[in-house]
Amino acid sequence: MKKIEAVIQPHKLEDVKAALKAIGVDGMTITEVRGHGRQKGHKEIYRGMEYEVDLLPKMKIEMVVSTARSDEVVQTILSSARTGKIGDGKIFVYDVAEAIRIRNDERGEGAL
Amino acid sequence: MPSRYLSALLLCALTLLAPTIAWAQSIPPATEARISAVETAVKSAQSAGDNAWMLVSAALVLMMTGPGLALFYGGLVRPKNVLSTMMHSFILMAVVTVIWAIVGYSLAFGEGSWFLGDLRYAFLNGVGAAPNADYAPTIPQQTFMIYQLMFAIITPALISGAYAERMKFSAMLLFTVLWMLLVYFPLAHMVWGKGGLLNAFLGGRIPCFDFAGGTVVHISSGVSALVAALYLGKRVGYPDESMKPHNLTLSFIGACMLWVGWFGFNAGSALAASPLATSAFVATHFATATAVLGWLLMEWVRNGKPSVLGGISGAVAGLVAITPASGFVTPMAALVIGFLAGVACFFMVSVVKQKLGYDDTLDAFGVHGIGGTLGAILTGVFATRLVNNGLNGKPLGLVDGNPFQVLNQCFGVLVSWGMAAVGTLVILKICDMLLGVRVNTEQEEEGLDLSLHGEEGYNLEA
Repeated sequence: MKKIEAVIQPHKLEDVKAALKAIGVDGMTITEVRGHGRQKGHKEIYRGMEYEVDLLPKMKIEMVVSTARSDEVVQTILSSARTGKIGDGKIFVYDVAEAIRIRNDERGEGAL
Repeated sequence: MPSRYLSALLLCALTLLAPTIAWAQSIPPATEARISAVETAVKSAQSAGDNAWMLVSAALVLMMTGPGLALFYGGLVRPKNVLSTMMHSFILMAVVTVIWAIVGYSLAFGEGSWFLGDLRYAFLNGVGAAPNADYAPTIPQQTFMIYQLMFAIITPALISGAYAERMKFSAMLLFTVLWMLLVYFPLAHMVWGKGGLLNAFLGGRIPCFDFAGGTVVHISSGVSALVAALYLGKRVGYPDESMKPHNLTLSFIGACMLWVGWFGFNAGSALAASPLATSAFVATHFATATAVLGWLLMEWVRNGKPSVLGGISGAVAGLVAITPASGFVTPMAALVIGFLAGVACFFMVSVVKQKLGYDDTLDAFGVHGIGGTLGAILTGVFATRLVNNGLNGKPLGLVDGNPFQVLNQCFGVLVSWGMAAVGTLVILKICDMLLGVRVNTEQEEEGLDLSLHGEEGYNLEA
């Protein structure tokens, strides 16, 4: 099993969700986060006080899928979240040791 | 009612014919009685109209403090201080009211010395339905009293912009009570009270024009704000940490309520539903419009973007500057005064403050101190008897051919600056000795909502 964690532009969330649904991924966890990589922030001015805002709003999507589907899911996120500009975000893939469904104690890929 | 007016008209016609009748024969007693009945009816009709407008105006001015100023200021602070900042405005609606009832009204409007009223109206003694002919001959003195109270409430609330986010609540209460007694009531008496030193219309030695409170309200609060900001020192983390306004939508709503409420403040200062009230209403609106444009123009040129905060700050600057002038100037002069105020206050807040480095949290000085001073001086320039014939045909300001009025206005400004600065410094020293004026660093970092009031403004996670 793989955990796929994608940090994307907030306005691409709906596209990514729709694309993942289209390939049959039906579970995910979404968090509103702030951060930055190479993307530069912007300047805000309030009555002459200048603030550099370099932590920008992003959406973090987390999901765990079977190892067999991992590449397909990554490809789907790549194509649906990409605008081609700096700030599109990143995808991280982790190995997952175990998955357990709390309702009935089901384990492994069946719990996904 | 219509039949009453009809008979009134009929009797007015009779009154006009009276000399002819008198020439022929003396007026029968019955006619005289009816004439005097008409006079009474006319008086009471005028009083009803004036009283209605003044009660509405009083309510409008209260609305400027809560929710107007509370929203305007509340949106500009950080989320952890939103309630404490709103409380600064709100608590004064209660505290000042009580002081006003006990001695405040009397000290401001009782006929005393040049500098302070006497105690004839203490505990509102004798302040009832009968008008006070010196101040407002057509409305109950009680209406005049409650209207003036609303000014006394908003003035110390304006100062709170300077000490927001770091002053102890207990010290803030003591400060305000002393400030009302030592600064506001004396100044209000000097400018508006009968026999006050600066009162141009009721026997002042050095006649100053201040229609609705450029000196009494805005210079006094703005200069006191500067002294308070300097005395308390900067907020922890200023200016390196981000202290962005946390909710400009609240500030926007508050500023728009201030704009509307200010019609009660300025047009209400005519103390009657008169053409002068209309003139002040118009001047107020026009000055606000150009002040918005002046501030935004400067911002657009200097920063590249016109901001909403700039627009609403400009509006308040314009409202402040037109306050002393509103009942004395033409609409065209109002356009000029507003524009100059927008530009000057922008410059003060966005450029000079950054250079000087003092931390006036919400720019009470930059907007009210500077806007009030500018407005008070420009009142001496643009005041004209065409708008306000309060001196029975004598010229008012520079445009009327009375250049000395500008000097008088400057004197009034100096007195206001001096009283506010010295008074505030002394009072802060007293409060500091008795209570300490500033919260400790832990309380300040935690936020005053939690550390002083035990609650939070935003509990979005249920």
